[in-house]
Amino acid sequence: MSDSLRDRIRQVVRDHARLPIEIDALSDQDDLFQAGMSSHASVNVMLALEDAFDIEFPDQMLQRSVFESVSGLEAAIGELLGQTV
Amino acid sequence: VNVGIDLVAVEQIEESIARHGDRFLHRIYTPGERQASGRDPSRLAACFAAKEATMKALGRTDEGFGWDSIEVVSGLDGGHAIRLTGGAAALASARGVVSLSVSLTRQRRNAAAVVLARTARTDGPGPVSRG
Repeated sequence: MSDSLRDRIRQVVRDHARLPIEIDALSDQDDLFQAGMSSHASVNVMLALEDAFDIEFPDQMLQRSVFESVSGLEAAIGELLGQTV
Repeated sequence: VNVGIDLVAVEQIEESIARHGDRFLHRIYTPGERQASGRDPSRLAACFAAKEATMKALGRTDEGFGWDSIEVVSGLDGGHAIRLTGGAAALASARGVVSLSVSLTRQRRNAAAVVLARTARTDGPGPVSRG
């Protein structure tokens, strides 16, 4: 995955996850829910990512493992973008 | 019996509506919930809390399903009830859940919900208690 995809995901998480800490302090694998992201904030992250990448997360992708980390989001978005090419 | 609880700040629902508008409302709430709430943020917050509390009571781990597969409906007693469809109904079935009960409360700033999930495995006296 490209750094730009990861960077864009990190920017959306920074703007919408309402984390009590800076996203830069977290690795791509760190658990965003444990870091303070509420389930409601994860909805805002989902909708903002859909806007940013012009995608729609299907219901079966609305999993904790997708939204709990930058790397989980990166894999899911990469899959969705791959399907649209 | 499994229990789930959740607390939602009303201002966060207001923020989601301001940022995402109808997309937020349509992804999270069923047509019935949207109509019943009248788009009142505190009612929508209570409804959101009920959905999250239901997921906790069902013991959701990594199952993927939409928020609208958990619906808050009016109960026969004038209170509320939970109706499951799709992936949420499948999870409840897999967990042996036979009934759900929900209690909602809301104030100007916050809304909360508690959900009880009863399972067939714990209904009635089991072999141990009969002995």
